[in-house]
Amino acid sequence: MSSSATMPQPVSLGRRVKRFMADRPLVPLIILLVILVVILQILRPGIVNERWLANTVKFAIPLAILAGCQTMTMLTGGIDLSVGTVATMSAFIMATQIVSQDPAVAFLLAMMPAILIGLINGIGVGVFRVHPLIMTLGTSLIGTGCLQVYQRTVIASGAKIPDFLNWLGTGLTYGFPNALLLFVPLAVLIVFTLRRTGFGRLLYAVGDNERAARLSGVRYWQVITALYVISSLLAGITGLLYIGLIKAPSLSLAEPLVLPSVAAAVIGGTSIFGGRGGYTGTIIGALILTVLTTLLTILQMPEGARRILFGLIVLFVTAAYLRIVEER
Amino acid sequence: MTRFFRNQGWVAGLFALFVLLFVLTKLIQPGYGSGDFGSLVRAVLPYAFAVAAQTVVVIAGGIDLSVAAMMALTSVTAASMMNGASEEYALFVVPFVLAMGLVLGALNGILIVVTRVPDIVVTLATLFVLQGAALLVLGAPGGAAADWLKASIVGTLPIPGLPDSIDAWVPKALVLLVVCLCIIWIPLRRSKLGLSIYAIGSSELAAFRSGVPVARTRIIAYALSGLFAAMGGLTLTMSTGIGAPIPGPYLLASVAAVVLGGVALGGGKGGLLGPIVAVFVLRLVRTDLTLLAIDPNVTAIIEGAIMVAVVMFGAFITIRGRPAGAMP
Repeated sequence: MSSSATMPQPVSLGRRVKRFMADRPLVPLIILLVILVVILQILRPGIVNERWLANTVKFAIPLAILAGCQTMTMLTGGIDLSVGTVATMSAFIMATQIVSQDPAVAFLLAMMPAILIGLINGIGVGVFRVHPLIMTLGTSLIGTGCLQVYQRTVIASGAKIPDFLNWLGTGLTYGFPNALLLFVPLAVLIVFTLRRTGFGRLLYAVGDNERAARLSGVRYWQVITALYVISSLLAGITGLLYIGLIKAPSLSLAEPLVLPSVAAAVIGGTSIFGGRGGYTGTIIGALILTVLTTLLTILQMPEGARRILFGLIVLFVTAAYLRIVEER
Repeated sequence: MTRFFRNQGWVAGLFALFVLLFVLTKLIQPGYGSGDFGSLVRAVLPYAFAVAAQTVVVIAGGIDLSVAAMMALTSVTAASMMNGASEEYALFVVPFVLAMGLVLGALNGILIVVTRVPDIVVTLATLFVLQGAALLVLGAPGGAAADWLKASIVGTLPIPGLPDSIDAWVPKALVLLVVCLCIIWIPLRRSKLGLSIYAIGSSELAAFRSGVPVARTRIIAYALSGLFAAMGGLTLTMSTGIGAPIPGPYLLASVAAVVLGGVALGGGKGGLLGPIVAVFVLRLVRTDLTLLAIDPNVTAIIEGAIMVAVVMFGAFITIRGRPAGAMP
């Protein structure tokens, strides 16, 4: 995005900037984030303060975790569109089961659909080789249907948000959102897994050149199944966090996060074709999108325009990314 | 030659399945008659056009994820234009909406050709964009449809020289579907353009080397897909009398019917008849489940599971059927 600003400059510098961007994708992203915050401050002087910062971080965290699911699946050349449904399911089940069950039991029950959907996704993609997009779309449809059936069985018992999730989702400690307690270890774990462990390397290997990975003895279906189960589990945890933030269990709770989560991963420099990218960029991508959403709300942009913009961002960034990679 | 038999055999088998399901329906509900068949065809209409839209693109070796969103956009456009307008005005609305579908579909194709981003990513982005545009046109379900449009799919078409008992089995909706599809498909199939579409789906490189204008053909295939989707959107408005900005479950249904209809997801194989019969089969299954007094939400789950299973089966066949060494 910031490359358009450098266009008028001499070619050699432009190419150098491009090279620099390809090598260090984080720098232009952070610059973009700062620019957005400055624009926000100019439009509404005084809006950028401690409370706003905490709020932004609070809303960016669920998005960042879901975008983590997209990052990991996209590294293998896939995508996980069922994260919204999985997060909604676990949140809804948690909120309704906590009424009658022990918190630990309710938690386990809430995680069941996540594991199940992840497993089906993984088998469908890894063993049957269905395109991940179609597969996860299908399981999310099935999941929504199951949730509707489930809703009718618990309609009488009501729902409540556990205090702990409330604290985790909305609470502040010394001005820092409590959700960071969950997010920071999680983010460190994801970054560490992707960079330093064998599983992380396998994800890159499978996404970069699946055939080569297979020929060198990687069991493709095992990697993919594990990946989609992890992705679903993360989505389930996000659901619990998100219900503490939104405080209103509904059947379409996390659905609006799906599209931004894909956009966040793409903005963060993860290639939708697999093999390239990382989680740190995604986190900044999620922050950028959250600030952008605030900006669009202040400008009173309707929901439709927001979706159009997100779609265009995905297309534009992917096309630009393709150009950068081709030139090297 | 054997392939010809195998393809026709597949369609014949599907048709036999349809007849079998029909007999089953008659057994479950002895009163199931021509009137119910009419409403089945009306329910099939939007699905059939969605499937037609998907089929053209899949034969050309691509996939169009924006089918359902395109239908939503064209439907709300038609509904909001006809709202409070005169009956004659609809005569202008119909061609306008069809042209809109054609142009937007062509835009999909142009974006794929120009940006060289894979079709699945481009149409995912346009899915978001079209969805947003639909929300901008109409924030909530509403609008209206001209009475003659609504009447054009209700009831039966009297054919002179046929007894009423047979006539009752020729609903107007079926005539509309057959006419619309044949007007476009038969000339296309017999033209050089149709052959080119099959050629680029079968092997892009071979098609290019034999002088097929690959880029132009691909754009035309997507434009036709947009046209079919616009027809689907119009039938949605015609059958409900309003337009809804939220896309229905047509994307997954279209992919499932394409696979069930014997069109290989890799492209270059199959026809339009198979997927259309397949969509009738899928709808009739739903009717049967409803007649068996199964909870509609459970029906949705079963339907989703069937579609996922079909897609998985199709993908499995594709990997099994691919000759060794023919990896793309």
